[in-house]
Amino acid sequence: MKHIFKIMALLVAIAALWIGLLQTSMIPQSYALLLPIYSVVTLGCYGLLMVGVGLMQFPTCPQEALLLQQDIIEAKEFLQRKGVDVGSG
Amino acid sequence: MEEQHKNGGNKYSIIVPTYNERLNIALIVFLIFKHLRDVDFEIIIVDDGSPDGTQEIVKQLQQVYGEDRILLRARPKKLGLGTAYSHGLKHASGNFVVIMDADLSHHPKYLPSFIKKQLETGASIVTGTRYVKGGGVHGWNLMRKLTSRGANVLAQTLLWPGVSDLTGSFRLYKKSVLEEVISSCVSKGYVFQMEIIVRASRKGYHIEEVPITFVDRLFGSSKLGGSEIVGYLKGLAYLLVTT
Ligand SMILES: Nc1nc2c(ncn2[C@@H]2O[C@H](COP(=O)(O)OP(=O)(O)OP(=O)(O)O)[C@@H](O)[C@H]2O)c(=O)[nH]1
Ligand SMILES: [Mg+2]
Repeated sequence: MKHIFKIMALLVAIAALWIGLLQTSMIPQSYALLLPIYSVVTLGCYGLLMVGVGLMQFPTCPQEALLLQQDIIEAKEFLQRKGVDVGSG
Repeated sequence: MEEQHKNGGNKYSIIVPTYNERLNIALIVFLIFKHLRDVDFEIIIVDDGSPDGTQEIVKQLQQVYGEDRILLRARPKKLGLGTAYSHGLKHASGNFVVIMDADLSHHPKYLPSFIKKQLETGASIVTGTRYVKGGGVHGWNLMRKLTSRGANVLAQTLLWPGVSDLTGSFRLYKKSVLEEVISSCVSKGYVFQMEIIVRASRKGYHIEEVPITFVDRLFGSSKLGGSEIVGYLKGLAYLLVTT
């Protein structure tokens, strides 16, 4: 099954649930009618929150850049001795 | 343990595409040999006619390490990354394939952990991830981080791929699996990396992750711009309807 159909099936299930809610009038109609808007807003907030949290906790590794510099020096030294052209380039 | 790699009969073909990586290719070859001492492997360099003389350096490296360990499989002109992988794959003699960039943003010191993870779990694909404990990125500005996080959240919500880092390209594959999956991939750039892993995941292949750190290339700037973002969104839509 293509992935888009899975997502559509999920949306249809949610829509069915919503229509069910409207009909049984378990909660006031005026609330129930606004539910889709609330859920879209919630989804948007969730997305923004995830991006924000991800950004704040973005894993960085400054020490790796230093280690890499040492590796580069070691490599150049060895390769130069073996006659590989690693000059200024 | 180390000896078992050799006796286990596994051979690893490391495919490195290059375009103008004269200095980097020498450094990365040295580092691969430094970190994979007791492993049977070959390095396949797919160079697309780099004008900076990358191939000359590769020939010098062959003198040092042997032509059976370093294979130069050049192509006449710049034909793109996706086809570079397939080209290298055609010449791979190992039963496992590693794909990595030559620009030192993928450090060879992580190769043993890819191999170890695969041996422990029997996974078909081991993919390097920057977004878990022990992983990380260096050298990205705020804008680059923001697009990366945004792209990731979007892809996770829409595609449910089961992998935390979709666009990284430092990975180890069973050769047969890569051959099968790559033949159905048509995207370019970042989307190509995403397409491979999503298709493999949909086919039910066992995918494992290992943390890697990513130090952005020191020279030259990243090409991430508006057109890249549009391309990414198109790719996402394409994967939604075809996988
Ligand atoms: N054979 C071949 N290799 C390529 C081509 N384009 C890029 N490469 C290589 O593919 C690897 C990844 O390319 P990069 O230019 O680093 O791409 P990137 O990591 O997305 O972008 P940067 O931010 O510039 O690092 C490097 O080893 C390049 O030399 C190509 O057309 N042909
Ligand atoms: Mg790069």
